[in-house]
Amino acid sequence: MKKIEAIIQPFKLDEVKEALKAIGIDGMTISEVRGHGRQKGHKEVYRGQEYNVDLLPKVKLEMVVPAGRFDEVIKTLTAAARTGKIGDGKIFVYDVAEAIRIRNDDRGEAAL
Amino acid sequence: MRWISCRLVAPLLLLPAVMLAQTAGPDLAARMKAVEDATKAAQSAGDNAWMLISSALVLMMTGPGLALFYGGLVRRKNVLGTMMHSFILMAVVTVLWAVIGYSLAFGGSGPFMGNAQFAFLNNVGSAPNSDYAGTIPQQTFMVYQLMFAIITPALISGAFAERMKFSAMLLFTVLWTLFVYFPMAHMVWGKGGLLNAALGGKIPCFDFAGGTVVHITSGVSALVCALYLGKRIGFPGPAIKPHNLVLSFIGACLLWVGWFGFNAGSALAASGLATSAFVATHFGAAAATLGWILAEWIDNGKPSVLGGISGCVAGLVAITPASGFVKPFPALLIGLCAGIVCYMMVTRIKAKFGYDDALDAFGVHGAGGTLGAILTGVFATNLVNDSFKDPAGKLLPLGAVDGNTGQILNQVIGSAIAWGLAIVGTLIILKICDMTLGLRVSKEQETEGLDLSMHGEEGYIFES
Repeated sequence: MKKIEAIIQPFKLDEVKEALKAIGIDGMTISEVRGHGRQKGHKEVYRGQEYNVDLLPKVKLEMVVPAGRFDEVIKTLTAAARTGKIGDGKIFVYDVAEAIRIRNDDRGEAAL
Repeated sequence: MRWISCRLVAPLLLLPAVMLAQTAGPDLAARMKAVEDATKAAQSAGDNAWMLISSALVLMMTGPGLALFYGGLVRRKNVLGTMMHSFILMAVVTVLWAVIGYSLAFGGSGPFMGNAQFAFLNNVGSAPNSDYAGTIPQQTFMVYQLMFAIITPALISGAFAERMKFSAMLLFTVLWTLFVYFPMAHMVWGKGGLLNAALGGKIPCFDFAGGTVVHITSGVSALVCALYLGKRIGFPGPAIKPHNLVLSFIGACLLWVGWFGFNAGSALAASGLATSAFVATHFGAAAATLGWILAEWIDNGKPSVLGGISGCVAGLVAITPASGFVKPFPALLIGLCAGIVCYMMVTRIKAKFGYDDALDAFGVHGAGGTLGAILTGVFATNLVNDSFKDPAGKLLPLGAVDGNTGQILNQVIGSAIAWGLAIVGTLIILKICDMTLGLRVSKEQETEGLDLSMHGEEGYIFES
């Protein structure tokens, strides 16, 4: 099992969700986050006072997928989230030791 | 039964005609008087309706207008505390006004201050006070003027926002209203007041709706407060920026609409002069909006919404003293100047001197008010306002455009007196508040925010 943590542009969320659903992946956790990588922030001016805003709003998706489907999921996710410009985001991948369904104690890939 | 009622009604219908026939000959004078009374009552009804609406409009400027405008400009942790600065004055100044305020502003005929003639609203009833407004109940005049006394100290709160103790703010505004606002209102609008152009002032100064009384006094006092209290923690810096410009936008639009009551209502009647002031007010706001946005666009490359709404308020401030004296095109010009000058004040001048006038009460009201007061001396004309006549009934020249260039000097003197009173009065009152209650919240309280530290609540609670 692999855990995928993808930080993407907020306006790409619906497209990514639909694309993943289309290949049968519909379990995920989403949070609104702020951050930046190479993308520079922007300047805001309030009554002549300048502010540099470098933490930008992003969406973080977290999901755990069976190892056998990993490549397919990554391909779908990157294709749906990509605009080709700086700021598209990043994906981090972790190995997962165990998964447990709280309702009935299912374990491993059966719990996904 | 039906037959009986017909017989009863027929003679009753004839009764008015019979009465007319009887009174026509001998009692013409009585009939004329009846017609006169009816005309007076009709005019009073019209004027009173407009003045009651105007009173409500001016109250709407403070709450929710100013409360939203200022509330959106502060950080989210101070939104309630800032709105409360405006709202609490709707209660506090009202009580003060009923007890002694109205009397100190409009009682008697001294040059500097009213007297106790109307204390506890004694003899302030439905009969008009012909010194001020002969066609409306004195109570209407009283409650209309009260709304001005409420908004003036509320304007100052823009300077000490986000760092003043609530208790000190209460004491400060009570003393300030008593010792700065009431005397200034009497000097400019009260009978026999030093600067009153209509009722026997020594230095006749034109201030139709409160350029000196409201905006110079509040704006200059705001600067004194900002300097005395010192900067907010983190000013100037990245952490301090408006938390909700949508609130400010709604507030500014309510101010624009409410200002029709403020300026056109200052005609104290539903007259042509009220219309003229209404038009000038609207034109001033429009031109100032464009002036500010243009200056900002050239300066920064982007026309901002905050710039637009700040510009409209600057224009409304500047046109206030002039509104019942100038024609529409000078009103546009006054507005345009105000938009550009106030933009320079809050960007260049504030940055140069580094004072923390948090919400630009001085930059907009102090600067805009002074500019408007002086330009009133230039553009005031008797083609708009025909209430100033010589003993022979000939219209007197009003401003420089009428050939009375000396009026500009009078306007400068009036403004200087307002500046002086505001500076000295505010300094003394701040000192008193500082020694008794302390002015500033502690560092911890300021960091936590006024909503929690002063009022024990939060403006935005998302988990509930």
